[in-house]
Amino acid sequence: MVEAIKSGWITFKSIFIGMGVTIRHFFGPSVTLQYPDERPVIPDKARTKLYVNIDDCIGCHLCARACPVNCIYIDTVPATSDVDLGKTSTGNPKRFWLTRFDIDMAKCMYCDLCVHPCPTNCIYMVPDYEYSEFDRTNLIYHFSNLEPAMVAEVKEKAEKEAAEKQKQREEMMRKKAEEAKKKQMEAKKPPQQNTDGETGTKSDKSDNGDS
Amino acid sequence: MTQNLLHINPIAILVHAAIPLVIILVYALVAIWAERKVAGFIQDRLGPMRVGGWHGWAQSIADLLKLIQKEDIIPNDASRFLFKFAPFMMFAASYAAFAVIPFSSSYIGSNINIGVFYLLAVTSVLTLSIIMAGWASNNKWSLLGGMRSAAQMVSYEVPTIATVLTVIVVTGSLNLMTVTEMQSGNDILGFLPNWFIFQNPFLLVAFVIFFISILAESHRVPFDLPESESELVAGYQTEYSGMRWAMFMLAEYADMLLLSLLGATLFFGGWNSPFGDFMSGPFWSFFWFMLKGLLLVFVMMWIRWTLPRYRVDQLMHICWSILIPLSFINLVLVALWEVIF
Ligand code: SF4
Ligand code: SF4
Repeated sequence: MVEAIKSGWITFKSIFIGMGVTIRHFFGPSVTLQYPDERPVIPDKARTKLYVNIDDCIGCHLCARACPVNCIYIDTVPATSDVDLGKTSTGNPKRFWLTRFDIDMAKCMYCDLCVHPCPTNCIYMVPDYEYSEFDRTNLIYHFSNLEPAMVAEVKEKAEKEAAEKQKQREEMMRKKAEEAKKKQMEAKKPPQQNTDGETGTKSDKSDNGDS
Repeated sequence: MTQNLLHINPIAILVHAAIPLVIILVYALVAIWAERKVAGFIQDRLGPMRVGGWHGWAQSIADLLKLIQKEDIIPNDASRFLFKFAPFMMFAASYAAFAVIPFSSSYIGSNINIGVFYLLAVTSVLTLSIIMAGWASNNKWSLLGGMRSAAQMVSYEVPTIATVLTVIVVTGSLNLMTVTEMQSGNDILGFLPNWFIFQNPFLLVAFVIFFISILAESHRVPFDLPESESELVAGYQTEYSGMRWAMFMLAEYADMLLLSLLGATLFFGGWNSPFGDFMSGPFWSFFWFMLKGLLLVFVMMWIRWTLPRYRVDQLMHICWSILIPLSFINLVLVALWEVIF
């Protein structure tokens, strides 16, 4: 009997304690954030969407190399000597056209590793976390601001210049090689005749061509 | 008012009968919304916030519209007639029971002399419709839920009736209007209203037992075994969808209100104002009555979000070896008290 009253008392006591707890929470403040109307304050170093300030990018590929999942795609074309691409805001001279600068945010894992190597601090995270898309391809962000026509033009120019340079270089090489040959010939003439001298020039020539 | 129904205009009868229906419908919309709000607040959330502007007040209206549009699915192997009929029977039973509830000092559906008896008899049809739904669905969860609910309601009807009897012993009348009228006035200790809960200590015990058993009868947590989501999917409602399911919901909330109002009538002075004659017209009496009933409903919701669910054996243990003996001992003690004082 005493036992029964005791256990009954304990039962009621625990029920009332529990109800006390719930009623305190009933009148207490709620922790709900009404999302579309209210937004959380994102911490300073939060890892969110990437942004590239393309005007400051010097096309050094450091970010692409740092990325562990290879989701940054950069194509560069060297600027021809007749254009000056100017300098970045940090004072680095720009020497490349960025024909393509894509970041695949669907692949990105927000590791922040691409941000720190950048010499001009032009790739960084912006506090935006609402960019879901219906199509995965829409998550590939294109940062390059060159138009396709421009890209083609720039490429063509660069190719021409490169070809010219290549020609010049080859010309120079040939001249050099010829000079070297002459020298060698002259140097080698007194002690020996034809055959040895010719092999020597051949190896010289191939070396030059490679480098 | 109802003695000579035959001579009254049929439209008047309809209006008269529709008043509880309107109350039930409005209450159900509010209560379902309130239940979600209470759940939210207790769990430090906000609950529905968007539909209708202020605190999502139109949420249950939106839900209702959605349910009306839903397909009415009837399983192939179900017993079609019983399956279709069960929800309506359940609602009819709880609606019929409202006939004897004195909503205000000037309104009662039917002022019959056996009010309490009628109420208890009619509500036992609820059990029948739940078994009907469970069996007709031809689904093991439904059947288990139906059986559990039958066992539970039959068992808990005993302590409910025993505690109602304790009040009847005091009043000597089965008419709920008379029961309420006996509780008017503020005489206890000079200021407390003459409600039965204050009149003698054994009636307080009776109220506690009564409240526990109405929790079980209306399948509220911690006695919600018939529809325990985590074990029986949804109990006897598993196969129901759309409007039929909504009827079950409505009937359940109506049952909750019915039993709470019965509790308010028997123990808390029904439509009597707690301040004597102050604020006591027909309108105010309705206000006080609903307030008391809704407070009890709120306590039920509050308990729902506090306590875990009992096991079947614990449920039966509580009923048969604790509540029933206690309620009968209590009945005898109340009777003795009445004889002595
Ligand atoms: S944050 Fe990491 S994964 Fe994303 S682009 Fe940068 S390096 Fe790649
Ligand atoms: S590291 Fe910076 S400058 Fe270099 S390619 Fe990436 S974004 Fe451009």
